[in-house]
Amino acid sequence: MHPFEYVRAKSVDEAVAALAKHGERARPLAGGTDVLVMARAGRWELDALVDIKHIPETNIVELGASEFRLGAAVPCYRIYEDDEISAKFPCLVDTASIIGGIQIQSRAGLGGNLCNASPSADGIGPLIVHHATCVIAGPNGTREVAVEDFCTGPGRSVIGNGELLVEMKMPIPRKGFGAAYERFTPRNEMDIAIAGVASSVQLNGNIIESARIALASVGPTPILSSAGDQLAGKEATAENFSAAAQAAIADTSPISDMRGTVEQRKHLVGVLTRRTLERAVERARENN
Amino acid sequence: MVEKVRVRATLNGEPVDFLVAPYTSLLDTLRDELGLTGTKEGCNDGNCGACTVNMDGRIVDSCCVLGAEIDGSTVETIEGMAEPGKLHLLQQTFLEEAALQCGICTPGFLVSAKALLEKEPHPSETRIRFWLSGNLCRCTGYDKIVKAVQKAAESA
Amino acid sequence: MVTDTTKGKYNVIGTRPIRHDGYDKVTGRAIYGADITLPGLLQGAILRSPHAHARIKSIDTSAAAAMPGVHAVITHTDFPAAEDTLVDLGEGAVNFRYASNNVMAGDKVLYRGHPVAAVAAVDKNTALEAASLIKVEYEVLKPVTKVMDAMKPGAPIVLEDLEGQDLGEKIDGQTNQANHFRHEFGDVDKGFAQADLVIEHEYDTAMVHQGYIEPHNATATWDEDDRITVWTSTQGAFAARRQIAGVLRVPDSQVKVIPLEIGGGFGGKIPTYLEPVAAILARKSGRPVKLLMERTSVFESTGPTPGSWMHVKVGVKNDGTITAATADLRFDAGAYPGSPVGAAAMCVFSAYDIPNTRIDGYDIVVNKPKTAAYRAPGATHAAFAMETVVDEICEKIGMDPLEFRIQNAAKEGTRRADGPIHPKIGAIETHQAAMQSDHWKTPLENAPDGKLRGRGVATGYWFNIGLKSVVTIAVNEDGTVALTEGSTDIGGSRASIAMMAAEVLGIPVEDVRPHVADTEGIGYTDVTGGSRTTYATGYAAHDAAQDVVTQLLERAAKLWDVEPDEVEFSNGSYQSKSDPELRLSHKELSSKLGSTGGPVVGTASVDPEGAGGAYSTQIADVEIDPETGKTDVIRFTVVQDVGTAIHPAYVEGQMQGAAAQGIGWALNEEYFFNDDGQMVNSSFLDYRMPTSYDLPEIETIIVEVPNPGHPFGVRGVGEVPIVPPVAAIANAIHDALGIRFRETPINPGRIRAALEAKE
Repeated sequence: MHPFEYVRAKSVDEAVAALAKHGERARPLAGGTDVLVMARAGRWELDALVDIKHIPETNIVELGASEFRLGAAVPCYRIYEDDEISAKFPCLVDTASIIGGIQIQSRAGLGGNLCNASPSADGIGPLIVHHATCVIAGPNGTREVAVEDFCTGPGRSVIGNGELLVEMKMPIPRKGFGAAYERFTPRNEMDIAIAGVASSVQLNGNIIESARIALASVGPTPILSSAGDQLAGKEATAENFSAAAQAAIADTSPISDMRGTVEQRKHLVGVLTRRTLERAVERARENN
Repeated sequence: MVEKVRVRATLNGEPVDFLVAPYTSLLDTLRDELGLTGTKEGCNDGNCGACTVNMDGRIVDSCCVLGAEIDGSTVETIEGMAEPGKLHLLQQTFLEEAALQCGICTPGFLVSAKALLEKEPHPSETRIRFWLSGNLCRCTGYDKIVKAVQKAAESA
Repeated sequence: MVTDTTKGKYNVIGTRPIRHDGYDKVTGRAIYGADITLPGLLQGAILRSPHAHARIKSIDTSAAAAMPGVHAVITHTDFPAAEDTLVDLGEGAVNFRYASNNVMAGDKVLYRGHPVAAVAAVDKNTALEAASLIKVEYEVLKPVTKVMDAMKPGAPIVLEDLEGQDLGEKIDGQTNQANHFRHEFGDVDKGFAQADLVIEHEYDTAMVHQGYIEPHNATATWDEDDRITVWTSTQGAFAARRQIAGVLRVPDSQVKVIPLEIGGGFGGKIPTYLEPVAAILARKSGRPVKLLMERTSVFESTGPTPGSWMHVKVGVKNDGTITAATADLRFDAGAYPGSPVGAAAMCVFSAYDIPNTRIDGYDIVVNKPKTAAYRAPGATHAAFAMETVVDEICEKIGMDPLEFRIQNAAKEGTRRADGPIHPKIGAIETHQAAMQSDHWKTPLENAPDGKLRGRGVATGYWFNIGLKSVVTIAVNEDGTVALTEGSTDIGGSRASIAMMAAEVLGIPVEDVRPHVADTEGIGYTDVTGGSRTTYATGYAAHDAAQDVVTQLLERAAKLWDVEPDEVEFSNGSYQSKSDPELRLSHKELSSKLGSTGGPVVGTASVDPEGAGGAYSTQIADVEIDPETGKTDVIRFTVVQDVGTAIHPAYVEGQMQGAAAQGIGWALNEEYFFNDDGQMVNSSFLDYRMPTSYDLPEIETIIVEVPNPGHPFGVRGVGEVPIVPPVAAIANAIHDALGIRFRETPINPGRIRAALEAKE
């Protein structure tokens, strides 16, 4: 492993300055559960890792009147151990409690999951179906990017040299909103999704006003499927969920590899779309 | 050549102050720099839990933490689990229930299980199995490990 | 019916004391191979081949050697020319020429991960960085990774100098077939003609790894007087010494191996990989050198168990009598000859009494790491084929699978298909205990909506081995004894060995201090493998303790000034036959050794031949989600004849651990190779071993049919419980889905594909 420096940033400005100084030879360090493993495996040659866990903004967990702010360095456990967040964002609990084991969840968070930009990321779909926005700081100030536009390819994102993901923001769910995430893995834990689906619905009675469906492990990036739009205005019925499942499958472009085949992944997207829609609707009804 | 960094932390209740290369993992820092070899390496990529330590009240895989990151933190390892002359209850039940065979995963399991019982004194079997799923054991089939944790929970 | 013959018979045997080494292991004090440190220690790193098959055109180590902090860089030219000698290691044999080539490639690399160079430097990271500066020019060759492909004409040749054998004849020209042997008994054609039903199928199993949590490690010094010392994690210090000496071309006595605590082996820590490399680096640098293997290399470069192709054919009469059976077993050996196909042939039909049998075994080299023993090596493969055929037979003729197995069971006097006659064995007792189990007697509950459930049963046989063990017992003046053994302790065997000594001496087990010695502290002892330690080393402990008793009788006689035959030993006391007043406990007598001739040390060196074979019958309940193809094991019971359970808790532990490994093997574990022959899932993330959250409680039923070949009736325990699980799970999946799977792993993808094909 190429020897790198450890920089503990105390502010966003310090982090941005340190990242900008080293360009592509520096990465932010949050939970470290991906970045350290990849640095060791020779994925990057780094001169510096910039620890962003000591920055107030990246640690923010704030349930506002209309917005939930989640700092980029907040580890998974802070989501599922917070009763208020768990009640409002069960879909985030779905994902935070299956990313790695308890050890990983002590350190890894949704921000790092996002920046790692893995096609199989469990954390990105749930953010997409919650209409999350990424706040990115850089040498030229901050900018915002919709989470579905964040990943640009396997391991690649819109984050440029010197830039830092500071937080994710998402609207507080209105009444009648429900969301769920489910993945399929051969083991019950400590595994990578062969396929994963996050779904959210905004219900009005039994009518779906709007829906979002996001897919993992079936394309070069997590995918915001068009299947959600097709559900808008329709009733929450098994038939419509099946149609949505078919539409979701049509949006996939999976590969066959050691974790699963194209056919298996497409099939699983259908199953998981249906299951997560059912769960999302259930939660939407509870949230009334 | 990058310079070593100074780290001041609390390790098993004692203050420590040392220099470490910034790219060194906490696992290697404990084992190679601080002489605490009770924390084991199984995979070095966060998938087996043999290197589990407690950092600021949470269990972490020490292979996925830098030694430099513990500056200002409190870290507990397997070496800090027993009191002088007295095993921790879990250490005792692991022995009584034959919950170890080769023993390489044992320190990690004990550190994990201790954190669970401190948080949830009476977990269900399912909860124990879920909590410990980040710790791999290849010898026991987990049965006796789960029973040892249950026994400790019952006798606490 | 659970035969429990030992209850009340013994004082120590059958109890569950805390193991002697346990305190060090729960406190982190125990010193494993990676924990050793020495003054001036250098850290090593190995550069490995990225290709599965390639010719090495050149290696340029100059940049690595020039890097500050680097003390030695080596390639195969630093190793002595190897000798073409085959040496038996107890569980598997080694040819030094291949062993040498395996630890450092010569002109060709034969599998991905094959070492090509090594570095010793001031610290780990410098060594790794230096290794990455070594330039190797390869001419990439086409690899072959599957047995049946390697046997095709025109297949890429793995070992150009391999002398292949076919039924005792040398094969002309180049081949990947190292060997083909046959065991024939009776007349199979006649036997099949007598059958009312003949079932035959082909099987294909993936390569799997033992999956021990501790990676390999080795630390070596090479002194000025050419004495080599190696600290390592090994299943056999003497087997390691022999391999290291063989590769380094020095006499065995020049190498001292100090075995440290070992973090799992299951057969995979019998071969040496890093030890000779560390020694050569130590010689070249003049400093102690430590090598630690990364997890990726543990998968890519150590000794997994083979992938296989098999064909099994069984004929039965409608009344359930087996009339004939044939097996064609083709195992991939990895890059060098020596798969466990021989052991597979010894086990495939050995749970049954079959009058007409033929077994063909093929040992085939491929571009994969050289296979090593893995817990009853070869027997799990064979049982997967045989036991699923038997299940199908029972289904077709409408017979209870346990009744069928009892009707056809091998028993004392039955001839095994490979020749030997079974001594007293417990196959029938094991099946009967399974029939009586709560699990078997409790019907499967209905599955929840959308799920399917099934139950399967299978049995397995493993022959177990004896081999050489030495034990010494030194009596301390306070009455405790120091027991020294040469068997490395992987799973608590110090305790079981100490218990047998304590039983003989009539003292508490806590008064025995067991100690595993290095190769200069005890006589030659074979590997901890083949389920032999509690059997053979326990035998030696028994005999050494008897030797102590004999000497103590003499001391008592001396004290009392009588002839030794006038003193008797019973219930832990030495007593005069004529004078009831003259009586000394072991402890009292021990305190008088100084005045009666000095310390007493008992010794025994054994090579027992009566290792009785063992049977395990297992019941699996599964629940399958047909939509995803996921199988959950919801109940699992292991029934096993263990002879005599010395420490029942650790006996159960062996049964449970092996079952868990077998469940992983059945459902998810596999080496996944890409078209270039590269393993692409070489991590604990993607090589999916079961976690605690994937398994149910594993119930155990200990059956005790004492082995007449051991003073306490011990049979080997550790291996046979991994034989039936794959078949039991496959049979349970069939019960749930109505589909027979003949490939492993039976993973969700395979189940989905089969369900789609069925739909």
